[in-house]
Amino acid sequence: MSDVTDATTGKAAPTPDDGLRIADSNDGGPVLAADGTPLKKSLSRTLRRQKMRALLLIAPLLIFVLVTFIVPIVSMLLRSVDNTIVPNTLPQTVSVISEWDPTASDLPDEPVYEALYYDLFLASEAKEHTKLGTRLNYEQTGLSSQFRSVGRDLDEIGEDQIDALEDLAEDTWDNEAFWFDLMRGGENAENTDQDVLDRARARLRALTGDAFTGGTGFLPGAEISALLPRTAYEYASFAVFTAIAEEDVVAEEEPWESVKIALIQELQAGADVASYNGFGAEELRAAQDMLADQPQPTFKEAFLEIDQGWGNPQTWKTLYVYKSPYTSGYFLNAADYQLGFDGVEARPENQQIYIKLFMRTLYMSLIITGSCILLGYPVAWILANLPLRTANVLMILVLLPFWTSLLVRTSAWKVLLQQQGVINEILVWLGFVDDANRLILMNNATGTIIAMTHILLPFMILPLYSVMKTIPPSYLRAAKSLGATNVTAFWRVYFPQSVPGIGAGSILVFILSIGYYITPEIVGGTDGVFISNRIAYHISSSLNWGLAAALGTILLVVVLVLYWCYDRIVGIDNVKLGG
Amino acid sequence: MTDQDDGYTVTIPRPPLTGFTLPLTAVLGAMFGFVAGNVYGQPWLGALVGAVIGAGIAALAHQMSGQRTQTRWGIIVAFAVAGFLAGGLGAAISGVIIGAVLSWFAYWLDTGDYRKNVPIYYTPGQVLWHNTFLFICGFVFFFLIAPLIPVMWLSFNAENFFTFTPEMLNFQAEGYSLKHYRDFLGTDEWMTPLKNSLIIAPFATFISVSLGTLAAIGLSQSHVPGRQAIMAILISPMIVPLIISATGMFFFYAPLGNWLEANLGLDQAFVGYVKVILAHAALGVPFVIITVTATLVGFDRSLTRASANMGANPVTTFFRVQMPLILPGVISGGLFAFITSFDEVVVVLFVGSAQQQTLPWQMFTGLREQISPTILAAATILVTISILLLTTVELLRRRSERLRGLSPG
Repeated sequence: MSDVTDATTGKAAPTPDDGLRIADSNDGGPVLAADGTPLKKSLSRTLRRQKMRALLLIAPLLIFVLVTFIVPIVSMLLRSVDNTIVPNTLPQTVSVISEWDPTASDLPDEPVYEALYYDLFLASEAKEHTKLGTRLNYEQTGLSSQFRSVGRDLDEIGEDQIDALEDLAEDTWDNEAFWFDLMRGGENAENTDQDVLDRARARLRALTGDAFTGGTGFLPGAEISALLPRTAYEYASFAVFTAIAEEDVVAEEEPWESVKIALIQELQAGADVASYNGFGAEELRAAQDMLADQPQPTFKEAFLEIDQGWGNPQTWKTLYVYKSPYTSGYFLNAADYQLGFDGVEARPENQQIYIKLFMRTLYMSLIITGSCILLGYPVAWILANLPLRTANVLMILVLLPFWTSLLVRTSAWKVLLQQQGVINEILVWLGFVDDANRLILMNNATGTIIAMTHILLPFMILPLYSVMKTIPPSYLRAAKSLGATNVTAFWRVYFPQSVPGIGAGSILVFILSIGYYITPEIVGGTDGVFISNRIAYHISSSLNWGLAAALGTILLVVVLVLYWCYDRIVGIDNVKLGG
Repeated sequence: MTDQDDGYTVTIPRPPLTGFTLPLTAVLGAMFGFVAGNVYGQPWLGALVGAVIGAGIAALAHQMSGQRTQTRWGIIVAFAVAGFLAGGLGAAISGVIIGAVLSWFAYWLDTGDYRKNVPIYYTPGQVLWHNTFLFICGFVFFFLIAPLIPVMWLSFNAENFFTFTPEMLNFQAEGYSLKHYRDFLGTDEWMTPLKNSLIIAPFATFISVSLGTLAAIGLSQSHVPGRQAIMAILISPMIVPLIISATGMFFFYAPLGNWLEANLGLDQAFVGYVKVILAHAALGVPFVIITVTATLVGFDRSLTRASANMGANPVTTFFRVQMPLILPGVISGGLFAFITSFDEVVVVLFVGSAQQQTLPWQMFTGLREQISPTILAAATILVTISILLLTTVELLRRRSERLRGLSPG
C-alpha cells in the first residue's frame, strides 16, 4: 500500500524553464547556445517542442474520451430541454398559433385548425403523429389517443368537396398522371420552381429526421406553383415522400387528400385561373366554376367531430405552452412542477414523486455512508496499526469483496435476505422467528441499505486506511504520556488527523451510492429504489426520454458538486485503487 | 499495539478461577445454551444447562492447563458426539464449532492470553475494551466475507432452490450435485453471454490500455498545458454515475449505430459489438490513467536520457527501457479495465442489443426473474476469477514497489 501521488511532484531534475529564468536574469548580452542562436530562443523552442510532444501523446485518448463519453453526456443534457418535436411536426400550426390569444377566446380560430390539418396529414402519412401524441401525453393525459384517432380519420375531412371534384370529369381529378402533369406544368415545362421542392424536402427532413436527398423524378412547374402555391407545396411534399421514403414513382400514385383540399381551398379563394393557360387550364377553370357552388371545407368543425378533445381549451393551451423548440418542462416535471398556462404550478398531489425520490436517495445514501463509516473506521484502524504482514493478510479480506463482481455480491444478498433465505432459515431453525412471521429483509429500504453498505464498505476502508497509515502511532502515546485518557487521546489527537480520510471515503461512498442502480433494482422492491431506477424506468419502459435526461442532469449536477468537494479535499490525482 | 520484543518479558499472572474464568465461561456457555435450547422451545433451561457445562469446561481447563491441545480436542469430540446424537451430522458440526469456541475461550481466559497484546499497566476496563474492539473488527471482516460463502455452498445444490435443503444441511451426498455447473457450461443460455463477455472485455481493455498508457506518459511530462482540465476529462467516466453514462450513451449510440448500419453497410451484430466495446473502453480509461501515472511517479527519467545518449531512438527507448519498468502498472490498470468491462451491466443493458448479452446481463435478468440457481454457479466461477485477478494485481503491485525501491509489503 504505497503512497501514490501526483506524477509531477517527483521532479527534482532541472527543467527547461529553469534555463529560461537564468537567461532572463542575466544582465549581460544574450547568452548563446552551442549553435549560435540566443539561448533563450533555443530553450523556448525546446520547451514548445516538449509541450507539443506531451499533447500529441495525450491527444488520441482525449479525443476518444471526448467522442465516446463527453459528447453522449452533453447530448443527454441537450435532450433534457429539447422540445423540437413540436415545431418540427407541426411547423405551420406553431407559427399560426402564436397569433392566438388564449386569454381572449377558449378555442383558436379556423386558420389554426387549417394549419393543424396540413401538418398532421403529412405527419400521419409519415407515421410521426403518434410520437408527438406520446410526447404531449406527458403534459396532458389523453393527448396520445387524441392524436392517434385524428390520424386515422383525417382523410374524411372535406370528403364531399373532393367527391364533387372527382365526379366533375372522368379520369381527371382522380387520375395520378393528370395530377403529375398538372403540377409539373405540362410535359416540357420551361420554367420550373426548384424552391418549392427544397422547402418540401426541408419540411420532411425536420419531420422525420431522415436526410431526404435523392431524385424525385418530379419538378414543379413555375407557373402552376405561382398560381396555386399551397397546392404546389403539398404536392411537392407528397412527391418527395412518395419517391424517397416509399420508393414509388410519383406519376403512378394518386395524390393525398390534403393536396386536393389545398386545391379546392385555393380555387374557392379565387385563384386567377382565367389568366393561366398551361397544362390543365380547362379542367382548373371547370373545377373553379363547380366549386363556387360548394361549401368551403371547415376544419374546426371536422376536428371536433373526430374527437371532442380538440374542443377542449386545455388541449390548445398545452399546445400553446409547448410550442417552442426548447422547454423547461422536463426539469419542472423532475421537480414535481409543471408548466401551466399561467406559469409554473405544482403538480397534482398524487403525481408528486420525484422530490420524494430525490430526498429518499439522498437520505438512504447518507445512512449507507454513515454505516460505512461506523463499520469501516475500526477495520481501517486495525489494518493501519497491526504489523505489516498481518495487515496484508487481513487486507485480502477487504480486497476480495472489492474485486468480486457486483452481481455476485448482490445475488449473495438476495440469497441471504429473502423470505426463504439463509438468515430467515437460520432464525426459524433456532426458533427466534416464527415460521409464519419471517422477517421481511428484502424488497424494502432495509435490504438496499444492508446490501449497499456491504458493497461500498471497501470504498470507505481503503481511503481511511491510507490516511491512518500516515498518522504516527507515537502521537497517541505522547498524548497518553502527557496524561490524556484513552478517550481524550483518541478524540483530541487521533480522530482530527483521520478526518481527511473520513471525508474522502464519505464523499466517495456517497457519490457512488446516489447513482446506484443494480442493487436497489434487485433487493430494493418499491420502497428501496433510488432515483436511478426511475431514470432507467423512463428510458426502457415509459419512454419519456426527456424526463429521464432531466432527472439524469440533476443527478449529474449533484455528483459534480460533490466531486468538486472531493477534489478540494483529496485531489483527483490522489485517487487510489486497491492499495 | 505494544512491542513484544522490547528486551524483557512480562509474565502475566494467571487470573483466579472462581472469580474470573469460571463465571465468564459460564456466561458464554449460557448464551450457546440459550440458542440451542430455543430450538427445542426451552431457551431458559438450555441457558442453565449451558452455564453448568461452561463452568465445568472452565474448571477442566484450569486443572488441565498443561495439556491444552489434548483437552480441547477431547471437549470438541464430546460436543460433536452429543450433537450427532441430538440431530445428525448438521448438529454435530454445530457441536464442533461450539466446543471449539468454548474450550478456546476457557483457555484464553485461564492462561491470561487475553492480556497478551495489551500493555501490562492496562486496567481491566481497558483490556475489556481492547478485546471488544477486536471482536467488532472480527465481526466487520465476517460481514465482508461471509455473504459470499452461502453462494458458493448453494451452487452445489441438487435442487432448483435458492435456499438450503435439509439434505444439504445434513451433508448427505444426495443433497449435492454439479448440475448447476453442467447447466452453466452446457447451455447456450449461459455460454453465449460468457462468449460475448470474453469478446467485449479484451477489446475494450486493449483500447483503453493502449491509448491510456500513451496519454499517461504524456501527462507525466513536466510541461503539459491544461493538465488539470485534461485529467478531469479523462477521469470523468469513473466519476459520473453509471446510470447517467448509460443514459447519455443510449441517446448517442443508438443513432450512431443506425447511421453506421445505413451508410457503411455494416452488419447489425458487428455494429452492436462496436458500440458496447467503445462504451466499455471509455469506462476503463480512468483506471488505466490512474494506475499508470502512479507507476510513472517512481520512474527514473535519467534512464530514458541514458538510452537516448547511447543512440536509441524514442520508439526503442519506449519499448526496451520504459515499458518493461512500467509494465506492472500497465498490467494492473489493464486488469482494472478488464474487470470494469467484464462486470459492467448498466451500460451494456442500455447500449447493447440481445445479441450482445453479457454474463452480468444474464445474471441480472436471472436475478430479477429468479429463474434458477445456475446464477450461483456463475457467481462461484466469477468469485474464483476475481481471486485469481486479485492475486495477480497484488503480486504485480509488490513487484512494482520493489522495482521502485519502496519497501516490499
